[in-house]
Amino acid sequence: MTQKSLHKRNNQLAQSQKQLEFLANGIFKTGELPTFKNKLKDTGIAPLTANTLEILQINVGYMCNQVCEHCHVDAGPDRKEIMTKETMLQCLDVIKNTHAHTLDLTGGAPEMNPNFRWFVEEASKAGIKDFIVRSNLTIIRANKKYHDLPEFFKNYNIHVVSSMPHWTQGKTDKQRGKGVFNQSIQALKDLNAIGYGMPDSKLKLDLVYNPSGAFLPANQSAMEKDFKSALLEDFGIHFHQLFAITNLPISRFLDYLIASDNYEDYMYALVEAYNPQAAKSVMCTNTLSISWDGYLYDCDFNQMLELPVNSKVKHISNYNEDLLNGRTIVTSQHCYGCTAGAGSSCQGSVA
Amino acid sequence: MQKTYYDPADLKKFSKISEWNETLGEKFFDYYGKVFEEGALTEREKSLIALAVSHTVQCPYCIDAYTGDALQRGITKEEMMEALHVSAAIRGGAALVHGVQMMNKVNKLEM
Ligand code: SF4
Ligand code: SF4
Repeated sequence: MTQKSLHKRNNQLAQSQKQLEFLANGIFKTGELPTFKNKLKDTGIAPLTANTLEILQINVGYMCNQVCEHCHVDAGPDRKEIMTKETMLQCLDVIKNTHAHTLDLTGGAPEMNPNFRWFVEEASKAGIKDFIVRSNLTIIRANKKYHDLPEFFKNYNIHVVSSMPHWTQGKTDKQRGKGVFNQSIQALKDLNAIGYGMPDSKLKLDLVYNPSGAFLPANQSAMEKDFKSALLEDFGIHFHQLFAITNLPISRFLDYLIASDNYEDYMYALVEAYNPQAAKSVMCTNTLSISWDGYLYDCDFNQMLELPVNSKVKHISNYNEDLLNGRTIVTSQHCYGCTAGAGSSCQGSVA
Repeated sequence: MQKTYYDPADLKKFSKISEWNETLGEKFFDYYGKVFEEGALTEREKSLIALAVSHTVQCPYCIDAYTGDALQRGITKEEMMEALHVSAAIRGGAALVHGVQMMNKVNKLEM
């Protein structure tokens, strides 16, 4: 498992430009595989455009207590990018005025932003229907000051969405680091103990599954069944839904694909599994992603590749929903990750 | 370039088999698809059976395909290896059980 972020290792893929160059060359340049743009055109879906905004996703910083092998954020303890209170205030203005029904806080480990709790308190007053925090679970156990997070989440009726690559220790620890599995199990038990994820509970606890390697996720509902029975039988753990997510070929996962000589086969598999139905419902069509420094992107992946929105409005400080709606989505080869098979979004399958 | 009988890229061309006989090819792929749908057995169980059988028939394409399929379904390598031992046990047993034929023959021929 990786110990440091690509940034810390001075890996060339820490630069988004290098990632984009890599993705654009080779099998795409030779025409062996169609580019995503051409594929969209051939299937009559180009250009992808943003519909009405439904989900506002805010990335409050790249700092994380974990350094998962597949991380598309290249997050880790050594990443210092953190959203300031000033930018949070600008976000709050937008949250109060938006028609989006879902607010989705992500990172890194969003809880590590020093103003995280204040921001949740303020944002929850805005009356958003579904307030999601993407918690990596281990943060709850990482340090005493985070032990009360489940209670905190409960007080604000936060919808907790957490990653869990597998129901066995070996696979989980391999992808996310030694000890992650046991800590995650403990955190899930803590959440269950106060009502999160229990069958009839309104405190929503969903898990995110992403493959621990260079392969695509299987059918989401079948995986959910397997996760539910294994976690219940082995640990007495309950959760609501499982979202199956495809690993996108960017950042640390791209580095892994290249280093393990899986890049070409993986891209072939994604292109082969291209599903026009999924392409019609990719998450960028109803989501907007805001970076730690307040810039606007079509999704968290485009944020990491530093591909800003195709609009006059580029920053949260001059946010304008009318101008952003209907914009053309910025795409590249990584987008094949969202359109393979049943499709992949932050909420799991789309088709 | 190194030449071998098996080329991993050929697996991707499997569906091209239908080009020279569409009727039978399509019937085969229809049947194949149906076989792997959930029935009395789950798709996961079928995937493990396929993995074991692909080792028995020693088809490198099927081994590649069903190893990938098993990983996709979250099947662990311990489960995969156990399935493989079932295949090995049957294969080994199949050789050994024919030993009875050998023994019969020896008993018949020997004074
Ligand atoms: S927990 Fe999430 S943000 Fe942190 S390193 Fe792992 S994948 Fe990245
Ligand atoms: S990677 Fe982002 S821009 Fe590309 S299809 Fe997925 S959500 Fe849309």
